[in-house]
Amino acid sequence: MRKKLKLLLTVFWVFFRIGAFTFGGGYAMIPLISEETVNRRKWISESDILDIIAIAESTPGPVAINSATFVGYRVAGFWGSFFATLGVVTPSFVIILIISYILKEFKELKAVQYAFSGIRAGVLALIIKALWKMYKQCPKGVFYYVIMALSFVAVAFFNIPVIYCIIGCAVLGLVYSLGLKGKVEK
Amino acid sequence: MIFLKLFLTFFKIGAFTFGGGYAMLPFIKEEVLANGWMPLEEIVDFIAISESTPGPFAINMATFIGNHQGSAYGVLGGIFGAFCATLGVVLPSFIIILIVAKFYEKFKNSTVVAGCMAGLKPAVIGFIGSAVLSIAATVFIPMGFSLEIFKSIDFYASAVIFIGALILTFKKVHPIIIICLSAVIGIAVGYLL
Repeated sequence: MRKKLKLLLTVFWVFFRIGAFTFGGGYAMIPLISEETVNRRKWISESDILDIIAIAESTPGPVAINSATFVGYRVAGFWGSFFATLGVVTPSFVIILIISYILKEFKELKAVQYAFSGIRAGVLALIIKALWKMYKQCPKGVFYYVIMALSFVAVAFFNIPVIYCIIGCAVLGLVYSLGLKGKVEK
Repeated sequence: MIFLKLFLTFFKIGAFTFGGGYAMLPFIKEEVLANGWMPLEEIVDFIAISESTPGPFAINMATFIGNHQGSAYGVLGGIFGAFCATLGVVLPSFIIILIVAKFYEKFKNSTVVAGCMAGLKPAVIGFIGSAVLSIAATVFIPMGFSLEIFKSIDFYASAVIFIGALILTFKKVHPIIIICLSAVIGIAVGYLL
């Protein structure tokens, strides 16, 4: 019992640190998660962590939460998941709460407003870079380009809710890979 | 009831976005604007803050928006709003992964999952592309398009910052440095011109 409790606290602490020290979201966490859980703690094997990350990317939700929940489950079952997820979320939650209050205090300052009008243009560049990275990782081919174009046009120009587009594209992907793709390759 | 609304909205976002990070942005943008929670500029400002603070983008965003909406009910309301939104965005992941972890082998080799992902990966790129378009509009033409825009200093300042930031980010300069530089130029332009 005490051993289990100690393990759960360790799980919490490991993921708390991961949550507190990675900038740039889920993908930035992956190297840290594998360093901590594979190399240092030996909770997970090298090949398992690759599978876990692949699954974290192909299930809905933030990659960081998915991988924390999964690794936690592997280490100590349900409560392992619970503490891993709590650990990875807590630093963000606390830091952002504090920042939200600071921001409210200083939002009216001229300097802050000027700063943000500059920052917005910079952020646009950062998002384009992220988009480019995702594009490079996406498989290429006519089908993929058509889906990219369709989803872009649907959301940008026809204001179709993202949720319907997501469901539609998942179905198209399924139809394509189960049916058409096989035929084309044969 | 704003707290329930926050929870449900972020639950939906958590349940239906694949890929994490900026993949959530189009969905968050749509929901926040549809509910009239805050203007797009504030979301963009917060993206900068999220890039400069640790933690997953989705959690940062949920905490911030939840706090923003809950604050109408005081400090405790703000904290509770942040809690509801964050719980909402985390819970679908948590439940789904618990189920997947049990049926791990089946899920890993599932052709259905792989098939859906074949459609979702390129779709997310299209969605983010559309978000880029609307963010570009708030950056460059906040008042809507007119020829007057070419006379405004802000337009040129934004263009210079944007091009500079684009070059730096592709040269792998850290986002925090780019955000700080953009802020400095923004302040300089604001006071000097």
